[in-house]
Amino acid sequence: MTDTTTQRDPYAAPGRETTEGTVYTVTGGDWDTLMDADHEDRIVINMGPQHPSTHGVLRLVLELEGETVTQGRAVIGYLHTGIEKNCEYRTWTQGVTFVTRADYLAPLFNEAAYCMAVEKLLNVEVPQRAEHIRVLLMELNRIGSHLVALATGGMELGALTGMTSGFREREEVLHLLEFLTGLRMNHAFFRPGGLAQDLPEGYRERVTEFLDVMDSRMPDYDRLLTAQPIWKQRLAGVGYLPVDGCLALGASGPILRSAGLAWDLRKHMPYSVYDQYDFEVPTATEADCYARYRLRVDEIHESLKIMRQALAKLDEIGPGRVMVDDPKVAWPAQLSIGSDGLGNTLEHVRKIMGQSMESLIHHFKLVTEGFAVPPGQAYAAVESPRGELGAHLVSDGGTRPVRVHLRDPSFVNLQTMPAMSEGGMVADVIAAVASIDPVMGGCDR
Amino acid sequence: MTGPNSDTGAPKATGTSKDDREPTGGEHSSAEQSGAALEQHRAGGGGDALAGVRPAARIGGTRTRAGMFGVRGTGDTSGYGGLRLPGHAPAPAERPFGGWFDEFADELGAALDERGIPRDAIEQVTIDRDEMTLYVEPAKVNAVARTLRDDPALRFEFCSTVSGVDYSAPDGAPVDRPVHVVYHLLSMTYRRRIRLEVALDLENMHVDSVVDVYPTADWHERETWDMYGVVFDGHPALTRILMPDDWDGHPQRKSYPLGGIPVEYKGAEIPPPDERRAYS
Repeated sequence: MTDTTTQRDPYAAPGRETTEGTVYTVTGGDWDTLMDADHEDRIVINMGPQHPSTHGVLRLVLELEGETVTQGRAVIGYLHTGIEKNCEYRTWTQGVTFVTRADYLAPLFNEAAYCMAVEKLLNVEVPQRAEHIRVLLMELNRIGSHLVALATGGMELGALTGMTSGFREREEVLHLLEFLTGLRMNHAFFRPGGLAQDLPEGYRERVTEFLDVMDSRMPDYDRLLTAQPIWKQRLAGVGYLPVDGCLALGASGPILRSAGLAWDLRKHMPYSVYDQYDFEVPTATEADCYARYRLRVDEIHESLKIMRQALAKLDEIGPGRVMVDDPKVAWPAQLSIGSDGLGNTLEHVRKIMGQSMESLIHHFKLVTEGFAVPPGQAYAAVESPRGELGAHLVSDGGTRPVRVHLRDPSFVNLQTMPAMSEGGMVADVIAAVASIDPVMGGCDR
Repeated sequence: MTGPNSDTGAPKATGTSKDDREPTGGEHSSAEQSGAALEQHRAGGGGDALAGVRPAARIGGTRTRAGMFGVRGTGDTSGYGGLRLPGHAPAPAERPFGGWFDEFADELGAALDERGIPRDAIEQVTIDRDEMTLYVEPAKVNAVARTLRDDPALRFEFCSTVSGVDYSAPDGAPVDRPVHVVYHLLSMTYRRRIRLEVALDLENMHVDSVVDVYPTADWHERETWDMYGVVFDGHPALTRILMPDDWDGHPQRKSYPLGGIPVEYKGAEIPPPDERRAYS
């Protein structure tokens, strides 16, 4: 046994004896040797990595009979970073910088859910301008997230051009996000009570430019993937999960909508200012991977529509506050770009250092200690690209949360992997996981 | 957005400040929820929480806080060191609850009666910030969840999340039934959300699993076991999910430190960051 192992592949680890039996590392081209050696029909494999988010952080254990998957299990926890626990040791404002890192492909949605829950606890109302900017940024973020889903999904199934175009367009999204918020990811731009700052000058032109670029490029996806026979064959009828399965397993987002239930929190339990926007909820009835792919493309179109409307709304509202007019909550200084980077405005520094001792004390207290949030608990949910993203916050009246819990759709939706893949082929597991679009940062938190 | 109570003459039960009230100091604020009120409720005898009658024992609340800045074990020169804020206990709601809450409570009461589930399975009803919380007896949560899912007038077909909350004081001060399990349910039919909450004794952290009612609760309950040490009786395979299988302790309990845990890596033990050698 050892002889054949060393001849077979110098890089593969030889078979190890474990309590479960012999464990082999298969690297390609050596499958027959192993199968001959054992003559077992039933084998258990650790599959992957195939999805960019599975490099070491998602383990798929499959039991196979030939090429048919008889059982599948997802093992998670490899990217658990203790975000929820950490938040309990920070002020309510600092919490934003933590939760934004959970689902890192949809950071603004984490911030939105968290901030909405804090605002519910504080019972403050965010200025209209800030609400519309939030909508604009969230939809931009949704486009970016869906593009990654298309790109990585394409890559896994061998459609590499799908990946390069998906990431090309996503780069446009990130450039725009960087221009608007200062950062490509992990923005911490939404704050309890509003936004960190207003949009920079010239945002209108940049956003319009982006929308035009996207409008010109989106048809490429239809030519490249939607109507492509191989793409259809790989996805259609694969990863089937009907609506009762979705509800039982808690699946939301494109998975639920692909099964025929038009459930979108933006439409059906409107939050923020989504009730002022005109958009459709794309829905399909095939309940398969192809339907989920098409829904994501359609949702990008809807998001572009919403962004155009948001620009118009912002023009209508005109300039104004983007943070709640409550000095007990609002950050004491509006930030501005100085010679040494982003920081407090010179005006504000001059005031607190030179004129007003009270302002200095206030600034110091609010920044170091934070604001107190009345006791109680609140749950706020938003429709993230992956489904219902909820934040459950508990306050005891102090300046730090007692509990921050994120209901992350990746965590819940990943539970549908066995239901989608058992009884199918190994290759279809890859399509199924791609259609779930899990982001392990959010799943493990 | 108008609260569900705005159309009733009853005192506003949201405890919030939209009606020109200070955010704190309202009827639900910690300052008002002192021990005296608690004693009064306890002396009030048993009741039907769904009917808005105050129950005998109230759900324990958060820890008592002392001083400011959370400074402990050192001289506090701020002058606020003697400040004592009593813990916040969620106040039981009284009829009328307002909005759809009354209709829902009636339907739930009727559905429980129909299924032979005693009404005292609901220990307390709290309505705060337009959200309804039902405090449920630990052994009845499965039956109540099934009723909520199956009854045609309730139809909570979607379980958003199950998680834990630890209300313990970090300094070990006693808090009544500190570990809570929280269920967020969503009715897509009626577009309503409710919250079920189960308060658990530290000595007996067992609660009925709801996996057979909501299969999605499988991973959620595993996470709650992993993070809080709550045992879900009847769960098909209650194992750790986020932490390694051989991990000691339940990290999101308040008694568990943030950081300071030695890490084993490839057979070597790496000391916690605060005990590593400093290079400055």
